[in-house]
Order: sequence, then C-alpha cells, then structure tokens
Amino acid sequence: MGALIKRPRLEIVAETAIECLIRLCGVSAILFVFGIFFFVLREGSQFLFHGFNFREFFFSQEWYPTSQSHVRYGVLALIAGTASVTLLAMALAVPFGIGAAVFVSEFCSRRAREILKVVIELLAAIPSVVWGFIGLTVMNPLIINAFQTPIGLNVLNGGLILALMSVPIIVSIGEDSLKAVPDSYREAALALGVTRWQMVYRVLLPAARNGLLAAVLLGVGRAVGETMAVLMATGHAVKIPTSLMDSVRTLTATIAAELGEAPVHSNHYQVLFIIGILLFSITFAVNLTADLIVRGVRGK
Amino acid sequence: MFEASSHTRNKQRGEQAARAVLFLMTVLMVAPLLLIVGYLFYQAWPILSLDFLLSNPRNGMRAGGIWAPLLGTVYLVVISLAIATPIGVLAAVFLNEYARENWFTRIINLAVVNLAGVPSIVHALFGLGAFVLFAHLGKSILAASLTLAIMTLPVIIASTREALASVPQPFREACWNVGATRWQTIRHVVLPNSVSGILTGVILQVSRAAGETAPIMFTGAVFFKAIPEGDPFAYRLFDQAMALSMHLFTISTQVPDVPKALPYGTAVVLLGTVLAVNAAAIVLRVRLRNRRKW
Repeated sequence: MGALIKRPRLEIVAETAIECLIRLCGVSAILFVFGIFFFVLREGSQFLFHGFNFREFFFSQEWYPTSQSHVRYGVLALIAGTASVTLLAMALAVPFGIGAAVFVSEFCSRRAREILKVVIELLAAIPSVVWGFIGLTVMNPLIINAFQTPIGLNVLNGGLILALMSVPIIVSIGEDSLKAVPDSYREAALALGVTRWQMVYRVLLPAARNGLLAAVLLGVGRAVGETMAVLMATGHAVKIPTSLMDSVRTLTATIAAELGEAPVHSNHYQVLFIIGILLFSITFAVNLTADLIVRGVRGK
Repeated sequence: MFEASSHTRNKQRGEQAARAVLFLMTVLMVAPLLLIVGYLFYQAWPILSLDFLLSNPRNGMRAGGIWAPLLGTVYLVVISLAIATPIGVLAAVFLNEYARENWFTRIINLAVVNLAGVPSIVHALFGLGAFVLFAHLGKSILAASLTLAIMTLPVIIASTREALASVPQPFREACWNVGATRWQTIRHVVLPNSVSGILTGVILQVSRAAGETAPIMFTGAVFFKAIPEGDPFAYRLFDQAMALSMHLFTISTQVPDVPKALPYGTAVVLLGTVLAVNAAAIVLRVRLRNRRKW
C-alpha cells in the first residue's frame, strides 16, 4: 500500500480557517437578532429603568413628548392607530389573499398560474415609499371625492395601502400551504362527485388551515411593521380613531417622524427606542407563532 | 334523457359562482399593480429624460433632476451588497452543508425568519444605536449600508439555500469519493452549480435595498447634498448621501410647492428600477429551471 499523500500544511490551515468563517456566518443571524434587541434596548435603557412609567406608557393616550410643562409619553393612541389600520388591512387582505391563493392554486391553468405568480411577486416588490406616495397623491383625492371628507389621509387610506402590501405574502404562503395538501385528498373528494369548490371549502381549506393561519400572521407582521407607507398615508393625528375617516398615527410612523427632531439621549429620544422594543417584541411574537405553526404543518 | 337533477344544477351554479368570485378577487388584487404603474408612468412621462437622471436637484429641490439621489442609491446598494453577499452565502452554506438537524439549527432558522420580520424602522433604530453611535461611524454611507446589509441578509440566505439544496446529493458524494474535503467539494462542485440561484438572491437583495427608506433615514441619508454632476465617484464612504427613496419622501411631503411632475418622475425611476431588477431575477430563475440538466 502506498503512503497517503500528505496535504500541504497551509492548505489544512486555510481549510480550517474557512470552516470557522462559515460557522461564524452561520450563527450571524442569531447574533444580529440579539444585536438588534441589545442596541435598541441600550439606547432606551437609561430612561426605561429610571423614571419610566409603564402605566402611563401603555394606558394613557396623551402623547406630548415635547411639551414644556406637561410631558406625557402615553402610546395608547398610537397602539390604537397601528391596530386600526392593521385590522382594516387584514379585513380586506385575508379574504382576498386566501381567495386569490385558492384561485391560483386550484382553478387556474398552468400558464395563468405562472403569470399570476410573477405579478404577485412584482406587487410584493413595490417599495413602501412608493406605496406611501400613491396613498398621498392617488388615494387621497379619491377618498376626499368619494366620501366628501376634508382629508383623505386616514384609516381607510392606510388600511387599503397596507392591504395591497400584505396581500402578496398571504397569497404566496397560502398557495404554498394549499399545495402542501396531498393530491390524494383532492382525488378522494372528486371521486365522491363533488365540485371543485365543494372540494376546496370542505377538504382543502380545513386541511391547509394551519398554513393559512401562518400566512395571515405573516401578513399581520408585515402590516404592523410597515413604516413609510403609513407615515405618508394615514395623516398625523395622535388619537384613538372612531371612524374610518379619522386620521391616525401608528407606532412606526411616530418613530420615523420624531426621531430626527428628538435630541440624542433625551427622554423623548429614549422613549422612541422603547417604542422600537415594543414593535420588535410584537413582530417577534407574531413571526415566532407563524413559524411554529408552519413547522407543525411540516412535522406531520 | 340524462337531464341534470335540480341538485346537480345547484351544485354547478355554486361552482360557477365560486369560480367567478375567486377570479374577481384575483383580478382585484392584480389590477392595482397595473393601474398604479400605468398611472405613475402617465404622470411622469413629460419629465422623464436622460437629462432628468443626470442633473442635480435645483432651486430647493423644486427643479432639476435626480442625479445626487440616484448616485447615492447606487452607492448604498453596491456597498450593502458587498457586505451582505459573502455573509449571506456563507451562512446558507453553513445551514445547508454543515448544520445537522438539531435544536441549534432550528434556532438559527428561527433567527433568520425573525430577522426578515423585524420592522424596517427597528432596523433604523438598530443602525443608529450600533453603527452611527456605538461604532462611531457617524451618519454615513457606510453606516446606512451596514444597516441595509443586515436587513437584506435573509433574502440572500433564503435564495442561496434553495439553490444549494437543489444540487443533488450524488454530486457531493462523487466529489468526496475522489478524496476532496468538505470545503473543496463546496468550492468546486456545490457553489458553481448553484451560482445562478445565488445570483437571483443577490438581484432580489438589490431591489430590496434600493427601495428601503426607513433604515437609511437616520443612519446616512440626508434631505439634500450638493455633489458635482456627472462624477460617479462623488461620494466618499463617510459622507452622508441622498437616496432615491428618501428623495421621493422628501419632495412629496417635506418641501412645499414642488412641481407635480418631479415626485412622479422620481417615483417612476425608483419603481421602474425595482420592477426591472425583479423581472430580471424572475427571468433568470425561469431560464435556470429550464436549463437544469439533472
């Protein structure tokens, strides 16, 4: 038996080095997520642990961060703003998104499906600032004319824009989860003589329930975290909305609008970072839940 | 003789109704894209010209073109790409080639998913806290690019991973059997076979990075900055820069009395770039799928 050829030492070292680098990059996502949490918390920590009033923060609708005598950091109205546009967006995007997902996955020819998927992908690619611009210049006059209101930058405008923005994610994840239902289910149903639609709502929708739920959750995550579009399209009124025609302000828009003006390390500045932590926690919880649900589906 | 019973007729009517409603829903979802793009182009048509792209904003951003923001966006995209691509590709290599199915890998996957889900404004806060203030980079192109790179990392990881996973296992085994190490296999067999898929991810990253506004708002993008026209190396790494997305936000909300065509022109250039880049990614993917030999 011939002796094994020895590899040059340098090569071995290089290989070890590159494997270390790969491992480091592999865990980088974890580092970044922790980094985001850490650095956002760090900027807001001084105020968070000294003099921060949790009750006022969550239960007061008074947001007067720059007042001379009556400084209040209550984000209830901002949470209501985020909740209102998100709810409206989901009320529109969930039925339409799931309807479109069913159409694309069950009722389309192959060719039409490919084209529709491309269009959906392009719809998802439109930058949020362009959506905001559309809200500002296209939807605003339309809403003013249609509803005879003085201002068209309101819950309705923001909700419509957010619905259009979150529909693609609902369609694509929804379609994936419909596709994950085994064909034997379809064949068994059709063999019993049902129509396609009966098969969809009696067999496919229940079977794909978890995936569809995850799709909706990811849509919610997208809507809650969206910044530029709602900053430009919902107006700037810090109040709890009572109708679709009320202007609101969301958590994200507040940070975007005020961070530039808040003096660095002032209380106002730190509260904006605390709002960032709140947003991070909300989207983290939503995404985690969606992920667990999706994994539950795959695990079966 | 074989007349349908009333039950069957009802069933068929229901089927047709459902089909029509679902079709309508799909159309209502697709139509806005076409309407919006068409309307924006229609409004921007008079102003679109090479001169609009190559001249600076003038007169308090109420006249002129978009040279400075356009160049700024190019800088941000290229630098963030240069940072995100190696990290993203290597992370995907780790997840697909090295990682075992265990709790640790699950946590990494979870982190990738969550990184993709973090709101863009939170990325902005992170970029401000970590790069601008903690690392003392100041508000600069570098800080903004780093923020964008981290934000777009999941895009590259996801598509690279898909590309790596589509390389058949026998390719690797054949390579191991002739005595190649794990890295040699990856370097000479796996990566070359998935380069188009990686490219798709890179293209999508470009489109995402070009369109984002919130993450760069507080980390390096400014409302206005004068740079010489026609000089593609006008920005330095530690300069602040204008950016297309930020410019669109500025002239449509912050500056009064902007002529109507200007923001439309900016929006169309931004939208056109992003859609074209995405279309390129789609074409690449389709060709790739058709050309695959295995």
